[in-house]
Amino acid sequence: MKDLSLHILDIAQNSISAGASNIGISIDENPAANTMAVEVNDNGRGMPAEVLERVTDPYFTSRTTRKVGLGIPLFKQNAEATGGSLQISSEEGRGTMLKATFVHNHLDRPPLGDMAGVMVLLAGANPEIRFVYTHRVNDEEYVFDTEEVKEALDGLPINDPQVMRFLKEMIIENLLAIKAK
Amino acid sequence: MTKIKSLADLRNMKADLQSKIALREKSDNPEGRVQIKVAMATCGIASGAKEVMEFLVEELDKRNIDAIVSQTGCMGYCYAEPTIEVTLPNQEPVVFGYVDSKKADDIIEKYIKTGELLEGIIPVNYEKID
Repeated sequence: MKDLSLHILDIAQNSISAGASNIGISIDENPAANTMAVEVNDNGRGMPAEVLERVTDPYFTSRTTRKVGLGIPLFKQNAEATGGSLQISSEEGRGTMLKATFVHNHLDRPPLGDMAGVMVLLAGANPEIRFVYTHRVNDEEYVFDTEEVKEALDGLPINDPQVMRFLKEMIIENLLAIKAK
Repeated sequence: MTKIKSLADLRNMKADLQSKIALREKSDNPEGRVQIKVAMATCGIASGAKEVMEFLVEELDKRNIDAIVSQTGCMGYCYAEPTIEVTLPNQEPVVFGYVDSKKADDIIEKYIKTGELLEGIIPVNYEKID
């Protein structure tokens, strides 16, 4: 994965497969403490303890189409390469929370990437799921909530290309305003 | 300072959007739409599926093709990612491998517009005869 946004797109697919109707994505940048935390949480079906134990094993997957599952292991590897870590907790029937912590200014920390593009693709391809993306830099915060977007659209489809184009520009401008990187 | 876009701007765009979408829905019969699924698992994403999906959404709209672009998981063709599955109205789905923007452009212009089959279909049981 070239950047953090692609990891997030990948991890969010796990939440979608778990049947989540709410997916929260939060990125917390704290340059003063030199940390960057990326969290994805969902209200999907969750995992039993014995599955949770194995999700960071690259030779474990719930898929039947192939025998490896690299999404979480690669994300973990990237976090650990900066001196950070990855934690997952899950409860059956309640959902899953995954959090990766990075050292902010570490050379090996992947760049943020195109978060606006990722959010718009996720929202457009899964209009029935509510995505809430929160990006914090120090005390400044931007929240993109697809429920609010749908309210504003008042019945018009969120996956209309013109709407998607607008939303992407809106997220880019707001992230720039809080100096996200 | 220039004003940052907000949801209020989206509300203001609604009238314009509504007329455009109404126009499209007039000709709307779900079976008449092209359906495209982009494989969006770890293997696909690492190979550039996001760019391919963005390209398809943007270009199909520009070229006035009524299509739904959605995501799917790994179809087991990790070696050939990014892969996309294209279903033309009333036809069997066809999976294309090694799709980049150029290939996606070819798929729109040839397969979607004219039904002409292209190389790169998976399983590879079809080769073009010149």
